Amino acid sequence: MVAEGTEELTSLHPLAWWCWAIALGLAVSGTTNPLLLALVATAVVAVVVLRRSGAPWARSVRAYLVLGAVVIGIRVVFQVLIGSSAGETVLFTLPEVPLPEWAAGIRLGGAVTAEAVAFAVYDALRLAVMLLCIGAANSLANPRQALRSVPAALYEASVAVVIALSVAPQLIESAQRVHRARRLRGDSAKGLRALGAVALPVLTDAIERSLALAAGMEARGFGRTRGLDTAGSLPLMLVASMAATLGAFLLLSTPWWAPATALLVGGIAGVGLGLRLAGRRLQVTHYRPHPWRARETAVAASGLLAAALVLGVGWLDPAALSDAALAWLAPAALFPTTNPLVWPDLTPVMLVVVALALAPLWFTRARRLPAVETVRRDRRVRSLRAGAAPVPAAVRPAEALLEPEVVG
Amino acid sequence: MIRFEDVSLTYPGADAPTLHRVSLALPEGDLCLVVGSTGCGKSTLLGAINGLVPHFTGGTLRGRVTVAGLDTAAHRPRDLADLVGYVGQDPLRGFVTDTVEDEIAYGMEQLGIDPVAMRKRVEETLDLLGIADLRRRPLVELSGGQQQRVAIAAVLAAQPKVLVLDEPTSALDPTAAQDVLSAITTLVHEVGLTVVLAEHRLERVMQAADSMIWLPGDGSARFGTPRDLLAESTVTPPLAALARIAGWSQVPLSVREARRRAQAEHLAPAPVRPAPEPDGEVVLRARGVEVRFGELAAVRGVDLDVHRGTVTALLGRNGAGKSSLLWALQGALSCAGEIDVAGADPRRLAAAEARRLVTLVPQTAADLLYLPTVAAECAQADTESAAAPGTTAALLASLGVDVPGGRDPRDLSEGQRLALVLAIQLAARPPVVLLDEPTRGLDYRSKSELHRIVAGLAADGIAIVISTHDVEFAALASERLLLMADGELIAEGTTAALLTSSPAYAPQMAKVFAPVPVLTPSDVARGLG
Repeated sequence: MVAEGTEELTSLHPLAWWCWAIALGLAVSGTTNPLLLALVATAVVAVVVLRRSGAPWARSVRAYLVLGAVVIGIRVVFQVLIGSSAGETVLFTLPEVPLPEWAAGIRLGGAVTAEAVAFAVYDALRLAVMLLCIGAANSLANPRQALRSVPAALYEASVAVVIALSVAPQLIESAQRVHRARRLRGDSAKGLRALGAVALPVLTDAIERSLALAAGMEARGFGRTRGLDTAGSLPLMLVASMAATLGAFLLLSTPWWAPATALLVGGIAGVGLGLRLAGRRLQVTHYRPHPWRARETAVAASGLLAAALVLGVGWLDPAALSDAALAWLAPAALFPTTNPLVWPDLTPVMLVVVALALAPLWFTRARRLPAVETVRRDRRVRSLRAGAAPVPAAVRPAEALLEPEVVG
Repeated sequence: MIRFEDVSLTYPGADAPTLHRVSLALPEGDLCLVVGSTGCGKSTLLGAINGLVPHFTGGTLRGRVTVAGLDTAAHRPRDLADLVGYVGQDPLRGFVTDTVEDEIAYGMEQLGIDPVAMRKRVEETLDLLGIADLRRRPLVELSGGQQQRVAIAAVLAAQPKVLVLDEPTSALDPTAAQDVLSAITTLVHEVGLTVVLAEHRLERVMQAADSMIWLPGDGSARFGTPRDLLAESTVTPPLAALARIAGWSQVPLSVREARRRAQAEHLAPAPVRPAPEPDGEVVLRARGVEVRFGELAAVRGVDLDVHRGTVTALLGRNGAGKSSLLWALQGALSCAGEIDVAGADPRRLAAAEARRLVTLVPQTAADLLYLPTVAAECAQADTESAAAPGTTAALLASLGVDVPGGRDPRDLSEGQRLALVLAIQLAARPPVVLLDEPTRGLDYRSKSELHRIVAGLAADGIAIVISTHDVEFAALASERLLLMADGELIAEGTTAALLTSSPAYAPQMAKVFAPVPVLTPSDVARGLG
């Protein structure tokens, strides 16, 4: 429970968190260096643990950690079973299943090399850390809050996403409840039959919930302030977005950078104007809109800078660099070779990236934890009951591993 | 304020109209109760006030419904949002946002209210319903009573003139229900709102009602004062039953009124004889049962003996651990401690064998149903229980509730569905039956049916434990009582002794005739006779 008055200090505009996280995801996509990936992941988890709120959605980062582990596990298992056996350091040898002539190129079993496994781990780690970045955004900023800040013209689309977001955890919750109830009936059916037995009540429940939500929204005036004249905004947006696309294409693939830049800038401005015009017909107001302050800019910029650094260094041509620059930037270190297997390098640039990932810690303050927990967290108890709170499977309270330790 | 002119409503595919030629005029500032048995059209009538019926649900509306002069045929529910506030049966399902403050602001955002005015109104509404300290809490973590008050606050923020509430207290424990009802009466008396409220349990709310709409079930509606209508309606809260026993033409609406009248007329029923200590064998013995969810101990150190052929009621606040205890006793929830049912531990048995010892009817009974017809469900239950074909159908028939075999279980009324699930669970012939909140959403008639069924099962030697919020039902149906608070069993004894001694849980008859221990109108009838 957040005490009154502390909100302003601890909360950041949700879009700033999303910008930081997505930019870090982009940065991570540009490297397979396991040291850098592990450091960024640690930094992200640290920021989440130290800066998340006490709300239920803030506990979802553990689910993403588990998901990342699953991704790595699956990738390694597949590599071991059917991957190629590049390299010479044989770890162990599985019995190989001989395949017919026409299946040449596919291997089942056989020698498992350290090089091949390392390659699989590096690759999977990159995906896992990208997922973790999304999870971090989810924990730090409620996605619904973030969607409140989208331009009014995209309002209907964001409402659809909001409803989908609320239905998904409810589906998981009713599936758990129905599954538990199946035991009461002594039904230990497995497979398709059990699926039917669980799916039918769950779907009925989901449809009823969605109808109740829709009725609630209708009764409270959703969609009422709509329907003012919007003529002209759609053609403007179409033309402007085409101009922007053409501009981007010309800029990237031809040497006419001046007209290309003009097209791009003009197009983007046109799209913004169109969105603004279309948004005007919708007279929805916002309660206590989050201000965008210097702090938000700093957090978003630290993420973007990290992405620019990693992608920029990766884009450099090593042959064109002087020896000193090569030693400092070391573009090759972003993609350490696994054949032959060498210990990956950590360059100064990477340390800067990690520091940027940690930067939000300096720009924000920790949530003040209440000294006494005044209200029992009996959500799981209530989940046994009808109409219970949506408790996503992965969102369990009190994760000892990730409980915030810093107070005040 | 609200005017129904010759209103008929027929849902598509229905044989008969749900509402048939209903005419009534509700003055401004009334608290109007809508009563009637399950499925008589209460929700339809409420939905018609803000246009959800028929705009949202479909159906054909004849006649005219006007609210403050606006015809609902011409105005959609969203156009009436600042005139009629509507709170549905389960507030959690109607919540659009995540936190209390956002939820209260949501309606105003949709109406395009200026952010400065909105800020002020949110504060006023928080204070009006006494939930200012909950403002930043996530909605899913609130208790049932708090959620209900937030739902009311959320529609009130748009400053409507009419508030429509569909069974606002059906899921709440007595104290939380009292909180919600007193918030509502404050709104009527202090703010001048017109409130239309549908309710099954009238005990607490009827004293605050100015008028009443009774839907007898044939599509018609009777409009009048609660005193007159309750005297003849089939909806009989305990005080109405008392009025019939005592031969009063007007029903007293509050305990105080009934008490004064009973004293004036020197009504003095004989005290009930407390149920004897159970002497049957102990069929369920639990020692030190403890259920933990992470840090939270939902049930701690509960010791319990349930005797053969007894009906035990389990009372306690929302979140006191009643459901967890029942699930643990069935063996479906892992717990510490000893559980012994007829020499075996249900936790160590496979699901199919555990339910031969203890069976549980969960709160959402519909979770157990997944086949297209009642007959198919019965046949499936026979195979699951390894019983002779037709066992479940025969059990269902013996429960005395008419459930057509060809019906889809999802189309049944609450009472019928409960009977079906009970029959399915009884097919395993267990010596112990646990019922988790079976009275929720049941009208007085279904509750007396349930009482009859439970009494019949107990006479057959089955031990029954019922968790409930409904004190009157516990008084009627049980002989033993368990009180839980904060995961612990705080009192255990005969229903008569425990209920008459507790101010929060005393049934109305006990309050009327205190200090004479009587629990139900039938006790009074017997005591006077």
